Amino acid sequence: MTWIFENWDRFWEVTEVHLRLSVVPVLIGFALSIPLGWWASRSQTARAVLFPLANVLFTIPSIALIVITPVLIGVKILDEINVIVPLVIYTVALMVRSVADALSAVPGNVIAAANAMGYRPLRRFLTVDFPLALPVTIAGLRVATVSNISMVSVGALVGLGGYGQLFTEGYQTDNSAKVFAGLIGTVVLAALADGLLLLIGRLLTPWARAGR
Amino acid sequence: MGGWLFDPAHWSGPTGIPVRLLEHLGYTLLTLVIAAVIAVPLGAFVGHTGKGGFVIVGLSNVLRALPTTAVLILVVLWAGLGDFPVYVALVLLAIPPIMAGTYAGIRAVDPVTVDAARGVGMRESGVLLNVEIPNALPLIFGGFRGAALQVVATATIAAYTGAGGLGRFVFDGLALQEFGQMLAGAVLVALLAVLVDLGFAGLQRLTVSPGLRPVGTGGKK
Repeated sequence: MTWIFENWDRFWEVTEVHLRLSVVPVLIGFALSIPLGWWASRSQTARAVLFPLANVLFTIPSIALIVITPVLIGVKILDEINVIVPLVIYTVALMVRSVADALSAVPGNVIAAANAMGYRPLRRFLTVDFPLALPVTIAGLRVATVSNISMVSVGALVGLGGYGQLFTEGYQTDNSAKVFAGLIGTVVLAALADGLLLLIGRLLTPWARAGR
Repeated sequence: MGGWLFDPAHWSGPTGIPVRLLEHLGYTLLTLVIAAVIAVPLGAFVGHTGKGGFVIVGLSNVLRALPTTAVLILVVLWAGLGDFPVYVALVLLAIPPIMAGTYAGIRAVDPVTVDAARGVGMRESGVLLNVEIPNALPLIFGGFRGAALQVVATATIAAYTGAGGLGRFVFDGLALQEFGQMLAGAVLVALLAVLVDLGFAGLQRLTVSPGLRPVGTGGKK
Protein backbone atom coordinates (compact mmCIF):
# COMPACT_ATOMS: atom_id res chain seq x y z
CA MET A 1 0.00 0.00 0.00
CA THR A 2 2.84 2.41 0.83
CA TRP A 3 4.08 1.98 -2.76
CA ILE A 4 0.93 3.77 -3.95
CA PHE A 5 1.55 6.85 -1.79
CA GLU A 6 5.29 6.98 -2.42
CA ASN A 7 4.75 6.76 -6.18
CA TRP A 8 1.47 8.65 -6.41
CA ASP A 9 2.19 10.41 -9.75
CA ARG A 10 3.07 7.16 -11.46
CA PHE A 11 0.08 5.41 -9.87
CA TRP A 12 -2.28 8.16 -11.03
CA GLU A 13 -0.80 8.06 -14.54
CA VAL A 14 -1.42 4.31 -14.96
CA THR A 15 -4.87 4.72 -13.36
CA GLU A 16 -5.86 7.22 -16.03
CA VAL A 17 -4.65 4.96 -18.84
CA HIS A 18 -6.36 1.95 -17.26
CA LEU A 19 -9.63 3.82 -16.90
CA ARG A 20 -9.55 5.01 -20.51
CA LEU A 21 -8.68 1.56 -21.87
CA SER A 22 -11.56 -0.07 -19.98
CA VAL A 23 -14.32 2.55 -20.24
CA VAL A 24 -14.03 3.31 -23.96
CA PRO A 25 -14.58 -0.36 -25.00
CA VAL A 26 -17.54 -0.67 -22.61
CA LEU A 27 -19.22 2.39 -24.15
CA ILE A 28 -18.60 1.27 -27.75
CA GLY A 29 -19.54 -2.33 -26.97
CA PHE A 30 -22.73 -1.30 -25.17
CA ALA A 31 -23.78 0.94 -28.08
CA LEU A 32 -23.23 -1.93 -30.55
CA SER A 33 -24.99 -4.53 -28.42
CA ILE A 34 -28.30 -2.64 -28.23
CA PRO A 35 -29.24 -3.00 -31.93
CA LEU A 36 -27.75 -6.53 -32.04
CA GLY A 37 -29.58 -7.57 -28.88
CA TRP A 38 -32.81 -6.07 -30.21
CA TRP A 39 -32.37 -8.04 -33.40
CA ALA A 40 -31.69 -11.25 -31.43
CA SER A 41 -34.79 -10.67 -29.29
CA ARG A 42 -36.98 -10.57 -32.40
CA SER A 43 -35.52 -13.14 -34.74
CA GLN A 44 -34.80 -16.84 -34.20
CA THR A 45 -32.26 -16.67 -37.04
CA ALA A 46 -30.39 -13.83 -35.34
CA ARG A 47 -30.25 -15.81 -32.09
CA ALA A 48 -29.03 -18.91 -33.91
CA VAL A 49 -26.20 -16.88 -35.48
CA LEU A 50 -25.28 -14.37 -32.75
CA PHE A 51 -25.32 -16.53 -29.60
CA PRO A 52 -22.98 -19.32 -30.76
CA LEU A 53 -20.74 -16.68 -32.38
CA ALA A 54 -20.62 -14.76 -29.09
CA ASN A 55 -19.72 -17.97 -27.22
CA VAL A 56 -16.85 -18.75 -29.59
CA LEU A 57 -15.51 -15.17 -29.49
CA PHE A 58 -15.56 -15.33 -25.71
CA THR A 59 -13.33 -18.42 -25.70
CA ILE A 60 -10.48 -16.69 -27.57
CA PRO A 61 -7.97 -15.82 -24.85
CA SER A 62 -7.54 -12.08 -24.44
CA ILE A 63 -3.75 -12.26 -24.75
CA ALA A 64 -4.15 -14.03 -28.12
CA LEU A 65 -6.70 -11.51 -29.38
CA ILE A 66 -4.46 -8.64 -28.28
CA VAL A 67 -1.45 -9.96 -30.21
CA ILE A 68 -3.48 -10.89 -33.30
CA THR A 69 -5.44 -7.63 -33.58
CA PRO A 70 -2.50 -5.46 -34.80
CA VAL A 71 -1.77 -7.90 -37.63
CA LEU A 72 -5.43 -8.12 -38.63
CA ILE A 73 -6.10 -4.39 -38.70
CA GLY A 74 -2.59 -3.30 -39.63
CA VAL A 75 -1.45 -1.11 -36.71
CA LYS A 76 1.64 -1.22 -34.50
CA ILE A 77 1.65 -3.66 -31.57
CA LEU A 78 2.00 -0.77 -29.09
CA ASP A 79 -1.16 1.00 -30.29
CA GLU A 80 -3.90 1.28 -27.62
CA ILE A 81 -6.43 0.20 -30.24
CA ASN A 82 -5.06 -3.35 -29.78
CA VAL A 83 -6.63 -3.53 -26.34
CA ILE A 84 -9.74 -1.55 -27.26
CA VAL A 85 -10.81 -3.75 -30.18
CA PRO A 86 -10.62 -7.07 -28.26
CA LEU A 87 -12.43 -5.58 -25.26
CA VAL A 88 -15.18 -4.21 -27.53
CA ILE A 89 -15.54 -7.74 -28.92
CA TYR A 90 -15.80 -9.28 -25.40
CA THR A 91 -18.26 -6.59 -24.29
CA VAL A 92 -20.52 -7.19 -27.29
CA ALA A 93 -20.23 -10.98 -26.86
CA LEU A 94 -21.39 -10.64 -23.26
CA MET A 95 -23.98 -7.89 -23.70
CA VAL A 96 -25.84 -9.24 -26.75
CA ARG A 97 -27.32 -12.02 -24.65
CA SER A 98 -28.16 -9.69 -21.74
CA VAL A 99 -29.90 -7.15 -23.99
CA ALA A 100 -31.74 -9.87 -25.92
CA ASP A 101 -32.90 -11.63 -22.73
CA ALA A 102 -33.93 -8.31 -21.18
CA LEU A 103 -35.97 -7.26 -24.21
CA SER A 104 -37.56 -10.71 -24.55
CA ALA A 105 -38.67 -10.52 -20.93
CA VAL A 106 -40.72 -7.32 -21.41
CA PRO A 107 -44.32 -8.45 -20.74
CA GLY A 108 -46.40 -8.90 -23.91
CA ASN A 109 -49.43 -7.12 -22.43
CA VAL A 110 -47.34 -4.00 -21.78
CA ILE A 111 -46.20 -3.97 -25.40
CA ALA A 112 -49.76 -4.56 -26.58
CA ALA A 113 -50.99 -1.67 -24.41
CA ALA A 114 -48.31 0.65 -25.81
CA ASN A 115 -49.23 -0.40 -29.36
CA ALA A 116 -52.90 0.18 -28.66
CA MET A 117 -52.11 3.67 -27.38
CA GLY A 118 -50.60 4.42 -30.76
CA TYR A 119 -46.86 4.30 -29.94
CA ARG A 120 -44.77 3.99 -33.08
CA PRO A 121 -42.07 1.28 -33.01
CA LEU A 122 -39.06 3.60 -32.36
CA ARG A 123 -40.80 5.63 -29.67
CA ARG A 124 -42.17 2.48 -28.07
CA PHE A 125 -38.67 0.98 -28.01
CA LEU A 126 -37.13 4.10 -26.45
CA THR A 127 -39.86 4.83 -23.90
CA VAL A 128 -41.33 1.41 -23.08
CA ASP A 129 -39.26 -1.64 -24.07
CA PHE A 130 -35.78 -0.28 -23.34
CA PRO A 131 -36.53 1.24 -19.91
CA LEU A 132 -38.24 -1.99 -18.81
CA ALA A 133 -35.20 -3.94 -20.03
CA LEU A 134 -32.79 -1.72 -18.08
CA PRO A 135 -32.39 -3.76 -14.86
CA VAL A 136 -31.24 -6.91 -16.70
CA THR A 137 -29.20 -4.84 -19.19
CA ILE A 138 -27.40 -3.00 -16.41
CA ALA A 139 -26.70 -6.27 -14.60
CA GLY A 140 -24.95 -7.42 -17.79
CA LEU A 141 -23.16 -4.10 -18.13
CA ARG A 142 -21.79 -4.44 -14.59
CA VAL A 143 -20.32 -7.87 -15.37
CA ALA A 144 -18.83 -6.56 -18.64
CA THR A 145 -17.31 -3.49 -16.97
CA VAL A 146 -15.75 -5.42 -14.10
CA SER A 147 -14.30 -8.08 -16.42
CA ASN A 148 -12.97 -5.37 -18.78
CA ILE A 149 -11.24 -3.55 -15.94
CA SER A 150 -9.64 -6.84 -14.94
CA MET A 151 -8.69 -7.75 -18.52
CA VAL A 152 -6.99 -4.46 -19.52
CA SER A 153 -3.97 -5.60 -17.48
CA VAL A 154 -3.33 -8.40 -19.96
CA GLY A 155 -2.30 -5.77 -22.52
CA ALA A 156 0.77 -5.03 -20.42
CA LEU A 157 2.14 -8.47 -21.28
CA VAL A 158 2.79 -7.09 -24.77
CA GLY A 159 3.90 -3.68 -23.47
CA LEU A 160 0.66 -1.65 -23.32
CA GLY A 161 -0.35 0.69 -20.48
CA GLY A 162 -2.53 0.53 -17.39
CA TYR A 163 -2.07 -1.24 -14.05
CA GLY A 164 -0.70 -4.23 -15.94
CA GLN A 165 2.54 -2.27 -16.40
CA LEU A 166 2.99 -2.38 -12.63
CA PHE A 167 2.57 -6.19 -12.83
CA THR A 168 5.20 -6.74 -15.52
CA GLU A 169 7.66 -4.21 -14.07
CA GLY A 170 7.18 -5.65 -10.59
CA TYR A 171 7.79 -9.15 -11.97
CA GLN A 172 10.98 -8.13 -13.77
CA THR A 173 12.41 -6.23 -10.77
CA ASP A 174 11.20 -8.71 -8.11
CA ASN A 175 9.11 -5.96 -6.52
CA SER A 176 5.92 -7.52 -5.16
CA ALA A 177 4.78 -4.22 -3.58
CA LYS A 178 4.46 -2.77 -7.09
CA VAL A 179 2.44 -5.75 -8.31
CA PHE A 180 0.24 -5.54 -5.23
CA ALA A 181 -0.34 -1.81 -5.82
CA GLY A 182 -1.63 -2.59 -9.32
CA LEU A 183 -3.85 -5.36 -7.95
CA ILE A 184 -5.37 -3.01 -5.35
CA GLY A 185 -5.87 -0.35 -8.03
CA THR A 186 -7.69 -2.82 -10.29
CA VAL A 187 -9.98 -4.12 -7.55
CA VAL A 188 -10.82 -0.61 -6.26
CA LEU A 189 -11.50 0.68 -9.77
CA ALA A 190 -13.74 -2.31 -10.47
CA ALA A 191 -15.63 -1.84 -7.20
CA LEU A 192 -16.14 1.89 -7.88
CA ALA A 193 -17.34 1.29 -11.44
CA ASP A 194 -19.67 -1.48 -10.25
CA GLY A 195 -21.12 0.72 -7.52
CA LEU A 196 -21.58 3.61 -9.92
CA LEU A 197 -23.49 1.44 -12.39
CA LEU A 198 -25.66 0.04 -9.60
CA LEU A 199 -26.50 3.60 -8.55
CA ILE A 200 -27.24 4.70 -12.13
CA GLY A 201 -29.47 1.67 -12.51
CA ARG A 202 -31.46 2.58 -9.41
CA LEU A 203 -31.83 6.21 -10.45
CA LEU A 204 -33.02 5.21 -13.94
CA THR A 205 -35.58 2.69 -12.70
CA PRO A 206 -37.40 4.37 -9.80
CA TRP A 207 -40.49 2.20 -10.43
CA ALA A 208 -38.52 -0.91 -9.43
CA ARG A 209 -38.53 0.34 -5.83
CA ALA A 210 -42.12 1.61 -5.77
CA GLY A 211 -44.45 -0.05 -3.33
CA ARG A 212 -41.71 -1.53 -1.15
CA MET B 1 -1.17 -18.42 -41.88
CA GLY B 2 -2.19 -21.99 -41.06
CA GLY B 3 1.26 -23.20 -42.13
CA TRP B 4 2.68 -23.32 -38.62
CA LEU B 5 -0.28 -25.23 -37.26
CA PHE B 6 -0.19 -27.97 -39.91
CA ASP B 7 3.59 -28.44 -40.04
CA PRO B 8 4.14 -32.07 -38.88
CA ALA B 9 7.33 -30.99 -37.06
CA HIS B 10 5.19 -29.08 -34.58
CA TRP B 11 3.06 -32.11 -33.74
CA SER B 12 5.73 -34.23 -32.04
CA GLY B 13 8.36 -34.06 -29.30
CA PRO B 14 8.24 -32.73 -25.72
CA THR B 15 7.33 -29.20 -26.87
CA GLY B 16 4.93 -30.32 -29.60
CA ILE B 17 1.25 -29.45 -29.91
CA PRO B 18 -0.10 -32.71 -28.32
CA VAL B 19 2.06 -32.27 -25.20
CA ARG B 20 1.07 -28.59 -24.80
CA LEU B 21 -2.57 -29.49 -25.39
CA LEU B 22 -2.46 -32.13 -22.64
CA GLU B 23 -0.68 -29.73 -20.26
CA HIS B 24 -3.37 -27.12 -20.92
CA LEU B 25 -6.14 -29.68 -20.39
CA GLY B 26 -4.38 -30.86 -17.20
CA TYR B 27 -4.25 -27.32 -15.77
CA THR B 28 -7.93 -26.88 -16.61
CA LEU B 29 -9.25 -30.13 -15.15
CA LEU B 30 -7.22 -30.09 -11.92
CA THR B 31 -8.16 -26.41 -11.42
CA LEU B 32 -11.85 -27.25 -11.80
CA VAL B 33 -11.59 -30.18 -9.36
CA ILE B 34 -9.86 -28.04 -6.69
CA ALA B 35 -12.28 -25.15 -7.23
CA ALA B 36 -15.25 -27.53 -7.02
CA VAL B 37 -14.05 -28.96 -3.69
CA ILE B 38 -13.99 -25.42 -2.29
CA ALA B 39 -16.91 -23.74 -4.04
CA VAL B 40 -19.62 -26.41 -4.22
CA PRO B 41 -19.89 -27.07 -0.44
CA LEU B 42 -19.81 -23.30 0.26
CA GLY B 43 -22.47 -22.53 -2.36
CA ALA B 44 -24.57 -25.52 -1.24
CA PHE B 45 -24.38 -24.59 2.44
CA VAL B 46 -25.38 -20.99 1.86
CA GLY B 47 -28.04 -21.97 -0.67
CA HIS B 48 -29.51 -24.58 1.69
CA THR B 49 -29.52 -22.51 4.87
CA GLY B 50 -30.22 -19.18 3.15
CA LYS B 51 -27.70 -17.59 5.51
CA GLY B 52 -24.82 -15.45 4.29
CA GLY B 53 -26.00 -14.99 0.72
CA PHE B 54 -24.57 -11.47 0.67
CA VAL B 55 -21.15 -12.85 1.66
CA ILE B 56 -21.19 -15.20 -1.33
CA VAL B 57 -22.24 -12.42 -3.71
CA GLY B 58 -19.69 -9.97 -2.29
CA LEU B 59 -16.87 -12.53 -2.31
CA SER B 60 -17.71 -13.50 -5.90
CA ASN B 61 -17.60 -9.89 -7.05
CA VAL B 62 -14.23 -9.21 -5.42
CA LEU B 63 -12.73 -12.43 -6.82
CA ARG B 64 -14.13 -11.62 -10.27
CA ALA B 65 -12.32 -8.27 -10.27
CA LEU B 66 -9.02 -9.86 -9.22
CA PRO B 67 -6.60 -9.66 -12.18
CA THR B 68 -5.30 -13.19 -12.78
CA THR B 69 -1.97 -11.88 -14.13
CA ALA B 70 -1.26 -10.08 -10.84
CA VAL B 71 -2.18 -13.10 -8.71
CA LEU B 72 0.06 -15.32 -10.85
CA ILE B 73 3.02 -12.92 -10.61
CA LEU B 74 2.60 -12.33 -6.87
CA VAL B 75 2.55 -16.06 -6.10
CA VAL B 76 5.57 -16.60 -8.37
CA LEU B 77 7.46 -13.86 -6.51
CA TRP B 78 6.54 -15.38 -3.15
CA ALA B 79 6.71 -19.11 -3.86
CA GLY B 80 8.94 -19.40 -6.93
CA LEU B 81 8.31 -20.63 -10.46
CA GLY B 82 6.38 -23.78 -11.24
CA ASP B 83 2.83 -25.07 -11.52
CA PHE B 84 1.74 -24.03 -8.01
CA PRO B 85 1.25 -20.29 -8.85
CA VAL B 86 -0.70 -21.30 -11.96
CA TYR B 87 -3.15 -23.33 -9.88
CA VAL B 88 -3.57 -20.61 -7.25
CA ALA B 89 -4.40 -18.01 -9.92
CA LEU B 90 -6.73 -20.29 -11.90
CA VAL B 91 -8.56 -21.70 -8.86
CA LEU B 92 -9.35 -18.15 -7.67
CA LEU B 93 -10.73 -17.48 -11.15
CA ALA B 94 -12.88 -20.63 -11.19
CA ILE B 95 -14.40 -20.31 -7.70
CA PRO B 96 -16.89 -17.42 -8.32
CA PRO B 97 -18.87 -18.93 -11.21
CA ILE B 98 -19.03 -22.39 -9.59
CA MET B 99 -20.04 -20.97 -6.20
CA ALA B 100 -22.62 -18.63 -7.73
CA GLY B 101 -24.06 -21.42 -9.90
CA THR B 102 -24.41 -23.80 -6.95
CA TYR B 103 -25.92 -21.11 -4.71
CA ALA B 104 -28.35 -19.88 -7.37
CA GLY B 105 -29.28 -23.44 -8.34
CA ILE B 106 -30.20 -24.46 -4.82
CA ARG B 107 -32.08 -21.21 -4.13
CA ALA B 108 -34.09 -21.77 -7.30
CA VAL B 109 -35.41 -25.20 -6.27
CA ASP B 110 -39.17 -25.01 -5.76
CA PRO B 111 -39.79 -24.55 -2.00
CA VAL B 112 -42.83 -26.82 -2.30
CA THR B 113 -40.55 -29.67 -3.38
CA VAL B 114 -38.14 -29.05 -0.50
CA ASP B 115 -41.09 -28.86 1.91
CA ALA B 116 -42.45 -32.16 0.59
CA ALA B 117 -39.04 -33.78 1.12
CA ARG B 118 -39.06 -32.65 4.75
CA GLY B 119 -42.68 -33.75 5.01
CA VAL B 120 -41.88 -37.34 4.05
CA GLY B 121 -39.29 -37.38 6.83
CA MET B 122 -36.00 -36.69 5.03
CA ARG B 123 -33.17 -35.35 7.14
CA GLU B 124 -31.54 -32.04 6.22
CA SER B 125 -28.57 -33.84 4.65
CA GLY B 126 -30.97 -35.98 2.62
CA VAL B 127 -32.90 -32.91 1.50
CA LEU B 128 -29.68 -31.32 0.29
CA LEU B 129 -28.08 -34.36 -1.35
CA ASN B 130 -31.15 -36.14 -2.76
CA VAL B 131 -33.49 -33.28 -3.55
CA GLU B 132 -31.84 -29.87 -3.77
CA ILE B 133 -28.57 -30.77 -5.53
CA PRO B 134 -30.15 -33.03 -8.20
CA ASN B 135 -32.73 -30.32 -8.90
CA ALA B 136 -30.03 -27.64 -8.99
CA LEU B 137 -27.78 -29.57 -11.40
CA PRO B 138 -28.61 -27.57 -14.55
CA LEU B 139 -27.53 -24.29 -12.90
CA ILE B 140 -24.55 -25.97 -11.21
CA PHE B 141 -23.44 -27.19 -14.64
CA GLY B 142 -23.97 -23.68 -15.97
CA GLY B 143 -21.50 -22.43 -13.34
CA PHE B 144 -18.98 -25.15 -14.21
CA ARG B 145 -19.20 -24.47 -17.94
CA GLY B 146 -18.65 -20.73 -17.40
CA ALA B 147 -15.69 -21.48 -15.13
CA ALA B 148 -14.25 -23.97 -17.63
CA LEU B 149 -14.40 -21.44 -20.48
CA GLN B 150 -12.60 -18.82 -18.39
CA VAL B 151 -9.98 -21.25 -17.11
CA VAL B 152 -9.17 -22.65 -20.58
CA ALA B 153 -8.81 -19.10 -21.94
CA THR B 154 -6.82 -17.79 -18.98
CA ALA B 155 -4.50 -20.79 -18.54
CA THR B 156 -2.76 -19.23 -21.57
CA ILE B 157 -1.29 -16.58 -19.24
CA ALA B 158 0.57 -19.32 -17.31
CA ALA B 159 3.22 -19.33 -20.05
CA TYR B 160 4.18 -15.75 -19.15
CA THR B 161 5.99 -17.05 -16.07
CA GLY B 162 7.50 -19.96 -17.97
CA ALA B 163 4.87 -22.65 -17.26
CA GLY B 164 3.58 -24.94 -20.02
CA GLY B 165 0.29 -25.20 -21.86
CA LEU B 166 -0.84 -23.73 -25.15
CA GLY B 167 0.15 -20.25 -24.00
CA ARG B 168 3.74 -21.24 -24.79
CA PHE B 169 2.95 -20.86 -28.50
CA VAL B 170 1.45 -17.41 -27.95
CA PHE B 171 4.36 -16.08 -25.85
CA ASP B 172 7.13 -17.86 -27.78
CA GLY B 173 5.56 -16.62 -31.02
CA LEU B 174 5.43 -13.11 -29.59
CA ALA B 175 9.10 -13.25 -28.54
CA LEU B 176 10.18 -14.60 -31.94
CA GLN B 177 7.77 -12.34 -33.88
CA GLU B 178 6.27 -15.51 -35.40
CA PHE B 179 2.68 -14.60 -36.13
CA GLY B 180 1.84 -18.13 -37.35
CA GLN B 181 2.81 -19.63 -34.00
CA MET B 182 0.80 -17.05 -32.01
CA LEU B 183 -2.24 -17.62 -34.19
CA ALA B 184 -1.91 -21.41 -33.87
CA GLY B 185 -1.82 -21.05 -30.07
CA ALA B 186 -4.92 -18.85 -30.07
CA VAL B 187 -6.86 -21.16 -32.39
CA LEU B 188 -5.92 -24.26 -30.36
CA VAL B 189 -7.08 -22.61 -27.11
CA ALA B 190 -10.41 -21.65 -28.66
CA LEU B 191 -10.84 -25.20 -30.04
CA LEU B 192 -9.99 -26.73 -26.66
CA ALA B 193 -12.53 -24.45 -25.00
CA VAL B 194 -15.25 -25.61 -27.40
CA LEU B 195 -14.29 -29.28 -26.82
CA VAL B 196 -14.30 -28.90 -23.02
CA ASP B 197 -17.71 -27.22 -23.20
CA LEU B 198 -19.03 -30.08 -25.37
CA GLY B 199 -17.65 -32.53 -22.79
CA PHE B 200 -19.56 -30.78 -20.03
CA ALA B 201 -22.70 -30.70 -22.18
CA GLY B 202 -22.41 -34.49 -22.58
CA LEU B 203 -21.86 -35.00 -18.86
CA GLN B 204 -24.85 -32.76 -18.13
CA ARG B 205 -27.05 -34.83 -20.46
CA LEU B 206 -25.98 -38.01 -18.66
CA THR B 207 -26.44 -36.78 -15.09
CA VAL B 208 -29.36 -34.35 -15.10
CA SER B 209 -32.72 -36.00 -14.50
CA PRO B 210 -34.84 -36.16 -17.69
CA GLY B 211 -37.64 -34.54 -15.69
CA LEU B 212 -35.62 -31.33 -15.51
CA ARG B 213 -35.07 -30.97 -19.26
CA PRO B 214 -36.75 -27.94 -20.81
CA VAL B 215 -40.19 -28.78 -22.14
CA GLY B 216 -41.72 -27.66 -25.44
CA THR B 217 -40.18 -25.52 -28.16
CA GLY B 218 -38.15 -23.25 -25.88
CA GLY B 219 -34.93 -25.03 -26.80
CA LYS B 220 -31.95 -25.15 -24.52
CA LYS B 221 -31.21 -22.85 -21.60
